[in-house]
Amino acid sequence: MTTVYINKQPVEVKEGSTILEAAAKAGIKIPTLCHVENQIPKGACRVCMVDVEGAKSMVASCTTPCSEGMKITTNSRNVREARKFVVELLISEHCGECKTCVRNEDCELQTLARELGVFDIDYEGETLVSYIDDSTPALVRDSGKCIKCRRCMTVCNEIQGVGSLFAQGRGFESRIGPAFDQELEGVTCVQCGQCAAVCPVGAITEKEHIDYVWEAIEDPSKFVVVQTAPAIRAALGECFGYEPGTLVTGKMVSALRLLGFDRVFDTNFTADLTIMEEGTELLVRLKEALVDKKQVALPQFTSCSPGWIKYAEYFYPEFLDNISTCKSPQQMFGAVAKTFYAKKAGVDPKDIVVVSVMPCTAKKFEAQRPEMNDSGYQDVDFVLTTRELGRMIKQSGIDFKTLKDDVMDSPMGSGSGAADIFANTGGVMEAAVRTAYEIVTGNELPLENLHVQPVIGLEGVKKASLKIEGCKPEWSFLEGVELKVGVAHGLGNARKIIEAMRGGEEFHFIEIMTCPGGCIGGGGQPRFTTDEVRMKRIEAIYREDEGKQLRKSHENPEVKQIYEEFLEKPISHLSHKLLHTSYIERNQN
Amino acid sequence: MTEPKTKSVSCSCDQVHEDELYERLKIIVQSQRTVPGALIPVLQTAQNLFGYLPEKALRIVSKELKLPYSEVAGVVGFYSYFSTTPKGKHTIRVCMGTACYVRGGQDVLKALMKELEIGVGGTTDDRKFSLEVGRCFGACGLAPVVMVDDETFQRVKPSKVSEILNQFE
Repeated sequence: MTTVYINKQPVEVKEGSTILEAAAKAGIKIPTLCHVENQIPKGACRVCMVDVEGAKSMVASCTTPCSEGMKITTNSRNVREARKFVVELLISEHCGECKTCVRNEDCELQTLARELGVFDIDYEGETLVSYIDDSTPALVRDSGKCIKCRRCMTVCNEIQGVGSLFAQGRGFESRIGPAFDQELEGVTCVQCGQCAAVCPVGAITEKEHIDYVWEAIEDPSKFVVVQTAPAIRAALGECFGYEPGTLVTGKMVSALRLLGFDRVFDTNFTADLTIMEEGTELLVRLKEALVDKKQVALPQFTSCSPGWIKYAEYFYPEFLDNISTCKSPQQMFGAVAKTFYAKKAGVDPKDIVVVSVMPCTAKKFEAQRPEMNDSGYQDVDFVLTTRELGRMIKQSGIDFKTLKDDVMDSPMGSGSGAADIFANTGGVMEAAVRTAYEIVTGNELPLENLHVQPVIGLEGVKKASLKIEGCKPEWSFLEGVELKVGVAHGLGNARKIIEAMRGGEEFHFIEIMTCPGGCIGGGGQPRFTTDEVRMKRIEAIYREDEGKQLRKSHENPEVKQIYEEFLEKPISHLSHKLLHTSYIERNQN
Repeated sequence: MTEPKTKSVSCSCDQVHEDELYERLKIIVQSQRTVPGALIPVLQTAQNLFGYLPEKALRIVSKELKLPYSEVAGVVGFYSYFSTTPKGKHTIRVCMGTACYVRGGQDVLKALMKELEIGVGGTTDDRKFSLEVGRCFGACGLAPVVMVDDETFQRVKPSKVSEILNQFE
């Protein structure tokens, strides 16, 4: 342990801790515009400057390690003036109108300027050139607003291992982006939006679908249905000042009705459907491998996370056969809304507009994949992020906090607890195991509270094995088999688990989620998502799960209904047509 | 674009030679894979092989060193030493040292840029000339100085630059 003195107050920290970490421990706020939690500090923004006694000049607290007895001042005139100066310089070249910026009142640069008392910029000079890259379906970049903090670069390279964004050029000419000023569409971007989630300013944002959704709602000839992903209910409240981890499911339903959607449904319904299809698919693969001795692609990977799908299409095309052919819950919903539900409700599917609310930006990309039109129409028309839904609710003047709880519509509004936990890392795996175990043995999963504990939590790569015992006769080939499962979240961790697999480690089933923490940490969630926030949202999701009577996908009565009335059985001819898909190899260039 | 008159590594008649160079580059990069901080030396080697850094070479570097292409491009763009455009037959260097600068080196440079329709670091479409700046050639008494390849031109006036250029085939 090392003792340092911050503003004369002694603070004991672990050896190697930075001044920034020591200050955080002591409850002293040092501003930073570039630091990303748990990552190697970059020292790019220079607003975390502090005075250290005996040092030649002020130091950046994010990159300076504590040494024994170090005397640090975080609040002197010197320090305040230096920080103010840095922010003034950043603003002097910033090209963007605060008043009309999508990040107005949510911008870290603006907030910091206000906190530091920057009310006037004396530096007249060149400003950045605003070049807008809106080439992708999900993200918009504006070079004029970029402050070159490099947070996006850190998440893209170090957390996600995608490598689409890097600092290009030098000095005033420098910009953060793909190689040789290409647009995002031309490079290996998976549209996960983690860059947009960490951007302190308005330089990277989601491509808004709000206007399209308003237009559809206001068109009397359209029947507009909305689905909300499991992760929304644990995060939407943050847009209205609730603490992270506050469940707002009921209020969210009320708000969606007030916005004018004709039906409010739940992606949880198709999350349960996914488990039926994906769980069955896994059992079929295992049977083919163990009984028929066929060459089958195992382990099976989950397919709910569109960023991961695109990542595999770029970087691991040799494993595309391992990815479950199941569409994601969002896309299954679109496909059955415009077939099963259209028929049931007596609405022409061409008049149905499917809107999803997702914690994700990659879902905007996924909805526009050309193969996602098995209903005969584009299955999902528009995708709103959690942040966009928050903005729509504010635009319509709804007082969210005073709303009463409401419930989703039937027959696609019911979801089990197993569907809720799709929202976080380990959840799809646990949901699948709850159902698959019971199909095979006829008994409930013999784990406390139905939780597969080793796959819960924020560790990057998690593993568990489960001995299958007491199989029904038709599944006797699985008797005594150790089912080995793996879970990774964050694409850098996906790479780790795949490399482990290549190195000979055996798995039967691997869950991969693109974003750290899973969907609750998605690129479209309210800012700012730290590990603490992730944990609070995850806890809320498990509370939602545990608070339900219905906790297993195969017990969802609406899922039973859709099989009885429409799909027949998992992996039937019709479910194959509507609920399953295929993948393509993408060129890394 | 007019065909380059000179033999250049990117010219089709040298296709075999070029493929060989890429093969050689691949082997060099592979041997550096485990060396920390290999990127810059590898880029230097590549530039020495080709005279500049063609996209194909950068793709090889990225793939073989397992570094994102954006990072390779970022490093290439940061150091003025690296060039992604092929060099012309003749390299013009305008001195921007103190003496040349105060005696109008900047105006000479501007005149050259206008005449050649390229910027500093650029190469003309016909690959005849590349334009660079230097920091003192040690000929301050002759300021402002321009060098074309090994030949030095002294007390250059902006109005005389086309005359100089015309001397080169």
